[in-house]
This record gives sequence, structure tokens and C-alpha cells, in this order.
Amino acid sequence: MRLVRETILPGVGVRHEFTTDAGEIIGVLVHHDGRRDLLMYDRDDPDTCASTTDLSAADSRVLAEMLGASQVTESLGAVQQEVAGLTLEWIQVPADSEIGSTTIAEGQYRQRTGASIVAVLREGESIPAPGPDFVLLNGDTIVAVATQDGAAALRELILSGP
Amino acid sequence: MIFAAGSATTALAFIEVGAVVLVLGLLARISGRLGITAVPFYLIAGLAFGDGGLAEIEVSESFVALAAEIGVLLLLFTLGLEYSESELKEGLRTGLRPGLLDMCLNASPGFLLGLVLGWEPLAAALLAGVTWISSSGVVSKVLSDLGRLGNRETPAVLNLLVIEDLAMAVYLPLIAALIVGGSAGTVITNVTIALVAVMVILAVALRFGGKLSAVLAGGSDEALLLGVFGITLLVAGGAQALEVSGAIGAFLVGLAISGPTEERALRLMSPLRDLFAATFFVFFSFQIDPSNLVSSLPIAVGLFVVTALTKGITGWYGAGLLGVGPLGRSRAGTVLIARGEFSIVIAALGSELADGPDLGALAAGYVLLTAIGGPLASKYYELLPLPRTRPGGRLLQG
Repeated sequence: MRLVRETILPGVGVRHEFTTDAGEIIGVLVHHDGRRDLLMYDRDDPDTCASTTDLSAADSRVLAEMLGASQVTESLGAVQQEVAGLTLEWIQVPADSEIGSTTIAEGQYRQRTGASIVAVLREGESIPAPGPDFVLLNGDTIVAVATQDGAAALRELILSGP
Repeated sequence: MIFAAGSATTALAFIEVGAVVLVLGLLARISGRLGITAVPFYLIAGLAFGDGGLAEIEVSESFVALAAEIGVLLLLFTLGLEYSESELKEGLRTGLRPGLLDMCLNASPGFLLGLVLGWEPLAAALLAGVTWISSSGVVSKVLSDLGRLGNRETPAVLNLLVIEDLAMAVYLPLIAALIVGGSAGTVITNVTIALVAVMVILAVALRFGGKLSAVLAGGSDEALLLGVFGITLLVAGGAQALEVSGAIGAFLVGLAISGPTEERALRLMSPLRDLFAATFFVFFSFQIDPSNLVSSLPIAVGLFVVTALTKGITGWYGAGLLGVGPLGRSRAGTVLIARGEFSIVIAALGSELADGPDLGALAAGYVLLTAIGGPLASKYYELLPLPRTRPGGRLLQG
């Protein structure tokens, strides 16, 4: 694990930063209101930011997705956790997916991937332990417990459709 | 009471207040264009509307006076709102040493100048407060406008602001008790009551802040706005009745509110604060005679130069503790030069003193200079004649 330094900025938020393999310093400043700034430090004067990029909540998700991370959901306020080979996975159902309006039972997710859906996040609300009859909608974020392989399979299944 | 009077008076009051507020709106727009705080503009506008100015305002003065008092409360309330308990602790932990240096270096020029001018010690102590406190509002705006929030020297700056704001929670009630005066015994009693009251409110705020926030959180925005506004005024009024500064009561209410309620309250109260605080700045310079301000300007310039240096040293030292290089240290030093709303709040406390008018005029001139000069110095800090080395220790060319 790389060392991530955390600094509290009173009245502003919290800053996290680390040094990359190439020796650059990159950081993220999380404002109290959830806005994020992507910080790239200057090589010559590492005390200053060469560039500061404002990211809205949606921007942050897109960037995280582009960097290959799974969706981090703010309402849970936790990062992906691994427990004894199991991983907690967040996957958002694409807006144009055929999954919309089908039940969890119809999708046969556990049978096909081994992943268990433990919660669904919808419009900022979290719905814990949805039953087999629970109807998924496009745009929902599915939270599932699975092995690494199972999580990848479920992600593939949800993103590319049944 | 204005509204009980005839409709002609009411009409005149509306026209007066409307004209003033409209002018302030234009000034706020101009200051936004220029990228500097509107406070100096509001002060200048107040000079124009006040005694001996271009257009005097009479009818609505009592209304404006009350609105100005509310402005102070809301300024302090929203300031307290921005800090959480953990941030206060962090600020206290890392900012104590620079905070002490800050007090010694920046309060003493004001105090000494007051004595040299032959003022009573109390007025000099108020001037010490005026020069001591950097403006949290201006400094955080400059940091964010210049994209410096992520910089390594910024925590040093912000922690210093926390310390200053906390120091105010002791300074303001103390000085308020001293201003009330009386025999030595009464003063000691008043000071003790003031400090105990602050401690009690602070303890209650930190202990039951979560509960208060949870109770307030239920209900609509309207309910939250009225609830928070009501509590702020009640606590401030209670504090004022105990001869503790009401502003500090409001500050502590702000501290007590936390979590999601804090964000909502900040969003709802900010427009109110902007309105009333603008009124406060205008009202403050209402009472200043423009000729008084002009005659005290040379002294204000001298004070500006001296305290710009002392603030610079404070910032330089504070950032140095974090291992920041010379460029960052000069950024920290220059950004702190700006004084603003707090200095005016402190100077306003002395309005009843014999040296009050002189103090007010000097403070207004001083804030005008620092609030404009500070951000400029901070923006063009690279032009300052300071030693500059690269992190490797190599001297930069030129």
C-alpha cells in the first residue's frame, strides 16, 4: 500500500495526497460540500499546485471509472473493503440497460456469477437486503459481495446486459 | 419605531434603505469583477451616506443600527459554523505556537501605537485587536481564488485562522467586560462571569451540538432557517445580558451545529449574513467623519507597513514549521496581511469610548489598506525581494 498523507484543512475539507512512482505528487481535496479538487503539484516547487481541477460529484465518478476503480458511493462513505478473499463491489446499472424493471430472481445473478446482491442504492437512498422479487431500475447502484472473479463476472453481466 | 409612524415616514425609510442596498449591490458586483473583498467598498459607501458625507441618512438609522448588530451576529455565527470539533482540535494542536507568536507580533504594534497617540489603555487594547486578527473571510477567499487551497503552506494559514478565531472567543468577552468598567471589584466579577459563560457555552456546544443539530435537522428549510436564526439571537441576547459579547454567543452556536445540518444551515444563512453584514460595515463607517479618516490616513499607512511585516513573519514561521520552502512561506506570510470584518467588529466595540471616533477612523483606514493591499501582495508575492531556493537548495536565477 502506498502511503497516503491526510491533512485537515479547517473550514475547507480534507486533503489526501501521495507521491507517484515517477516522483510526482498528486492529491485530492475533498470539500465539506462534497466537491473535489484534483491537485497536481509543481515539480520545481512541490509546495504549490501546478494545476487544480474542480470536480463535481459526477465528474469524480467518471474519473474514478476511467482510472479503473469501482464506483465509490458517497452515501456509504466507505472504500472498497476486502474481507478474507471476499470483496464488496459497487456496480451501477447503465441507463440504457435491459436490466431495468427486471427482478433480481429473473437476472439469476447469484447462480450465474456467485455474487450476492446485499444492497441497492437508489437516488441517494440505500435499500438493504433486497429480496428475489426486488425490481431493479436503470441507474440503480448494486452493492454485491463476491469473490474477485465473481465480482468481475457480475460487473461484466450488469454492464453488458443479460 | 419606524413602522408605527405615518406612511410618509415609512416610504422615506424604504427609499433610503433601498437606495443604500442598491448601491451596495453595485459595489459588490464591482469588487467581484476586481477579485477583491467588498468590505472596503462597503466602508467607503458608509462614509458617503453617513455624517458629513454626500447624502445623509436619517429616518432609517435606528432600523439600520439593529440590522448592523444582527450582521455581526451572523458573521460570527457562520464563522463558527464552518469549523467542526475535529478541525478545532487539529488547529489547536498544530497552531498553538504560531498562534502565540501571531498574538505577540501583531497585537503589540496596535497597542503601542494607541499608547503613543495618548489614548486610554482600553482603546489601545482595542487597536491591538484590530491589528492582531487577519480576516478569515478575505484570506480563505484569496486562497480559493488563487487556487492555493491544495498548497502545502495552506494548512498553516488555516490553522492560524482557527487559533485567532478561538482567541477572539476569549478576547471579545474580556474586552467587553472591561469596557463596561466600574470599580475594580465589579470589573473582576464581570470578567469572571464572561469567561465562565464562554466556557459553559463552549462545553455545552461541543457536548450537545450533535443533539441540537439532530433536533434542528427535521423539517423544512424554512423551519431550519427560522429555528437557527432564533437560537442564534437568543443565545447572543443571553450572552449580551451577562455582559459577554453577544457575537461570541453566536459564534459558539455556530460551532455547536454540525454534520449535515451544518451544511444546510450554511447554505440557508449565507444570504442573510451577506445582507446584514453589508449593513454592518456601512453602519460602522456611517459614524466616521470622512475628514477624520483622511487625517488619520498617514498613521494607518504606517501601521499597515509595520503589521504587514509582522504578519509576514508570522506566516513565514508557521509555514516553516510544516517544512515548506521559501516561496510557500512568503505566500503564507502575504496572504495573512488582510484584516477585515473582525477588525471592524472590534473597533465598533469602542464606539462609546472617548477615543472611539479616532479608533473607528483609524481602524476603517487600516482595514481599507490591508483588505486591498493584502490580497494584492499575496497575488504578486513573487515580486517580493525574498531569498528563493529550489527544494534542492539551488538558487533560482533572476
